[in-house]
Amino acid sequence: MTDPRSVPDVAVPPGVLKAPTGITGLDEVTDGGLPRSRTTLVCGGPGCGKTLMGVQFLVRGALDFGEPGVLVTFEESALELAQNVASLGWDLADLEAQELLAIEHVRIADGEILETGAWDLEGLFIRLGAAIDSVGAKRVALDTVEALFGALENETLLRAELRRLFRWLNDRGVTAIVTGERGGGTLTRHGLEEYVSDCVIVLDHRVHDQISTRRLRIVKYRGSHHGPDEYPFLIGAQGFSVLPASSMRLTHAAGGDRVSSGIGELDRMLDGGGYYRGSSVLISGTPGSGKTTLGARFLEAGCERGERGLLFAFEESPAQLVRDMRSVGIDLQRWLESEMLRIVAERPAARGLEAHLARSYQAIEEFAPDNVVIDPLSGLGGEDYEIEAMLSRLIDHLKARGVTSVMTTLVAGGFEDRSGLGISSVIDSWLELTNVEIAGERNRGINVLKSRGMPHSNQVREFLITSEGIDIRDVYFSEGAVLMGSARVAREARDQAAAIARDEELEAKRRRLFYRRAAVDAQIAALQAEREAESQQLSAEIDSSERVERQVEQDRCERAAARGGSVLSEEGSGEAR
Amino acid sequence: MDADTATRATGGGAEGIFRLRLYVAGQTPKSLAAFSNLRRICETHLAGRYEIEVIDLLEHPQLAAGDEIIAVPTLVRKLPEPMKKLIGDLSDTERVLVGLQLLPTVTGELR
Repeated sequence: MTDPRSVPDVAVPPGVLKAPTGITGLDEVTDGGLPRSRTTLVCGGPGCGKTLMGVQFLVRGALDFGEPGVLVTFEESALELAQNVASLGWDLADLEAQELLAIEHVRIADGEILETGAWDLEGLFIRLGAAIDSVGAKRVALDTVEALFGALENETLLRAELRRLFRWLNDRGVTAIVTGERGGGTLTRHGLEEYVSDCVIVLDHRVHDQISTRRLRIVKYRGSHHGPDEYPFLIGAQGFSVLPASSMRLTHAAGGDRVSSGIGELDRMLDGGGYYRGSSVLISGTPGSGKTTLGARFLEAGCERGERGLLFAFEESPAQLVRDMRSVGIDLQRWLESEMLRIVAERPAARGLEAHLARSYQAIEEFAPDNVVIDPLSGLGGEDYEIEAMLSRLIDHLKARGVTSVMTTLVAGGFEDRSGLGISSVIDSWLELTNVEIAGERNRGINVLKSRGMPHSNQVREFLITSEGIDIRDVYFSEGAVLMGSARVAREARDQAAAIARDEELEAKRRRLFYRRAAVDAQIAALQAEREAESQQLSAEIDSSERVERQVEQDRCERAAARGGSVLSEEGSGEAR
Repeated sequence: MDADTATRATGGGAEGIFRLRLYVAGQTPKSLAAFSNLRRICETHLAGRYEIEVIDLLEHPQLAAGDEIIAVPTLVRKLPEPMKKLIGDLSDTERVLVGLQLLPTVTGELR
């Protein structure tokens, strides 16, 4: 009885049946929910959210999964509880009226009960059983049975009875959450974890640098895969929600759909089509290199196509952004007014990183954007690894929703760590904006550092921000140096002059060719005329010769006739003519 | 203890009646022991001025919440005020007497 490990381990078949909690993120990290028809221990310090988790498990079960529940509360009265959760939009009284929920408040005061011999907790079992039967409950939350330790003296008996209680809950086939207060050195003050062998979840609420973060960890989940990490969770307007870690599974759909960056020339640098829809794009650059402008243009172009844009501004107010962008020909105001665009401006340092992430999630849920810009990531305060983890989660979340995200980050210069954050692995496309100093000028350069899944330009181009908007130009290489700005303009002028000169030369050649051809043609004509004249001459001579010949023949015949006809040898031929 | 509500009244005295309610869950050895221990103590110390009502929660589960019963057997002293609650089979007579405030020296014993 004193050795709690004597609890016989109940064999759980592989592929434990799960009861989905309906709590955002929790079902993901538990790979489907809590073990069905078994008891899960949720423990943590005061105010860590364990009661809320229990209540939410029941409410979601009742509303989303058609599984009525019983809440046994040892501390708060039903009314107090109902009031506490009303702000989350849960009407417990209504659920009770619909027989989806039964609340059993067990009031026990320390020292009220005197023990006079052997007892058992059958009274509690009967009450619980009646409550379960009253609504046909499939789920039970006990919050928190540890209160019994204060009320009952005989701890040995109590422990035996608690063990029996958990066994009994399993036998009833209900999926249960039992909460427990965290103790020093043990998960719960009274060692409840020793009786719950199927699933143990620890909630933690800590304050670091005056910023509070809440974390959840699955200490144990027999027979089931579960996430091994500490997951941040939030208690917000939607209740309890867990932010699943990044990339437990990389299962985002990867469509071939492209989305324009808003700048034709940049699209051409990216294999002619722009970004992939649902991908994440990082724009890194030194101060004033045009990161925000590039991001804003992306959103504006999206709005023009009828896509919704969400801009997280960590450094500027919306009014300031609108003004600044107007000066470079980007009209955000118009889209803000038509509610195609929303700007969430906040200094992240004002809240904890987790709270900030939560707010971002919430804004994404509410606004359902197609495109998101975060400007800049470097505005996020906190430990590097925390930022990295948070960003990975955020990016995964956006990808899962098919949202194209553009994030900017400020780099101080230098080439060692050009993202400024160790997140390049979760980034699909990475544009680098640089300030190039040539001939006493600073000019902006843009190049594509990487872009997954597409052949992309490897050239550095000049990136111009004018009052008409963004323009990207080819840059010149001259004696190993990149030419930009006025150096490029000068070079362009020189090139233009050279081109004109080339044109003139060509024209002259064309003229020469024309004349030459004309001259040759004339020669040909002269020769032809000569030939004609010669042939006429020859023909005339031939005619004349023939006439002479005929005359000679005729004369000979006439002479023969005059001699009296002895012309035998010659007549035949003469007759034949 | 063959009826679930067995009332046993033996007249009322000037000092006031002890109205006692014993909650049990079925006729278990603990229930039976509690009932017989209670009768014995009452006969010894409260002869003629007590009433015992036995409630079997297996038959009337809805009655458990009223007196906040979690453990059985539970003996509730409804009268005299204030209400007192004792759990267990009442085998520890001294504690029962302390709990029912039937002993003069009690302070050290009560938690």
